[in-house]
Amino acid sequence: MESVSNTYNLNGTSILKLGLIDGIPIAVGYMPVALTFGLLAGATGLTIMESVLMSIIVFAGASQYMALTMIALGSGAIEIILATFIVNFRHLLMSAAIHEKAEKSSKKMRALYAFGLTDEVFAVAATKESPVRSTYILGLGIAAYTSWVMFTAVGFYAGAFLPNLLQESMAIALYALFIALLVPSIKKEGKKVIILAILGGLFHSIFQFWISTGWAIMLGTMAAVFAMEVIDNLISKERESTEP
Amino acid sequence: MNVAIIWMIIGMGIVTYVPRLLPLITLQTDNWPKWSKRMLGRVPYAVLGALIFPGVLTANENIWFALFGGMIAVMLAFFSLPLIFVVGGAIGALALITYLF
Repeated sequence: MESVSNTYNLNGTSILKLGLIDGIPIAVGYMPVALTFGLLAGATGLTIMESVLMSIIVFAGASQYMALTMIALGSGAIEIILATFIVNFRHLLMSAAIHEKAEKSSKKMRALYAFGLTDEVFAVAATKESPVRSTYILGLGIAAYTSWVMFTAVGFYAGAFLPNLLQESMAIALYALFIALLVPSIKKEGKKVIILAILGGLFHSIFQFWISTGWAIMLGTMAAVFAMEVIDNLISKERESTEP
Repeated sequence: MNVAIIWMIIGMGIVTYVPRLLPLITLQTDNWPKWSKRMLGRVPYAVLGALIFPGVLTANENIWFALFGGMIAVMLAFFSLPLIFVVGGAIGALALITYLF
């Protein structure tokens, strides 16, 4: 089931299907995260309805975990909403990047797939060849969302049903997904992608000492992209000076 | 259901959706300078780096096991296996090494 990297010459339904299929690894990766969220939500005192509703309406892993921690600490709703806003600021950057890579489509369509634009959906969509079809992004989102909501409910009742060993090992899933997205891009586009990724990881590692993860990812990404621009200029200047 | 919690969830939903939505429907990048478009195009790779590192080191209680899982993913991805096999392979490898040691 090797997926095609250029989705442009397919019709609507098969692109949606392709998105759903490519969304399966995200769905697998979300499974342990959602199971644990459901389990913890129950432990924090949320009802099944509240836990599932949060996954249905918010659909953001990091924020939902943070909300549970803050509820447990007795924080107020306003504080929790503000913290969620701050954690999700990074999506401004991802949404802008997708805007650049996606095909032109109606506002309604963009508003629809924007809802499902998690880190993982973004990562899969953004490593596709431009222009990325809207229905493809929608398909990714649907696969991810279904897993997220469904396993939140399962986790609430039976979070411990997975053997411990498997649940622990599944923590690698999303990282494996990111790696699987990065490696082919490196093979295809070479040194620049490696440097960008290393810079992103490096700046994130440094920033996270002072600021929360959401901010550290956004600022780390921006720093990496700026640094790459500087490196680029230096290289092209050097070339100019060595060429007659 | 607790009404206060429902409102909080709705509030969280709004502040999550808005950052995902706004750039997509408001930006008009057609006339943006070339360098800014180039930088936006590079965002995905920098994001991937930031999402992988340093988080991958904490994917397991044992940092070496986590790294091992990550390396298996790199290897499988290098041989251009479909995403799902890379993910499944990394999970399996990590489960195996945890089970063995």
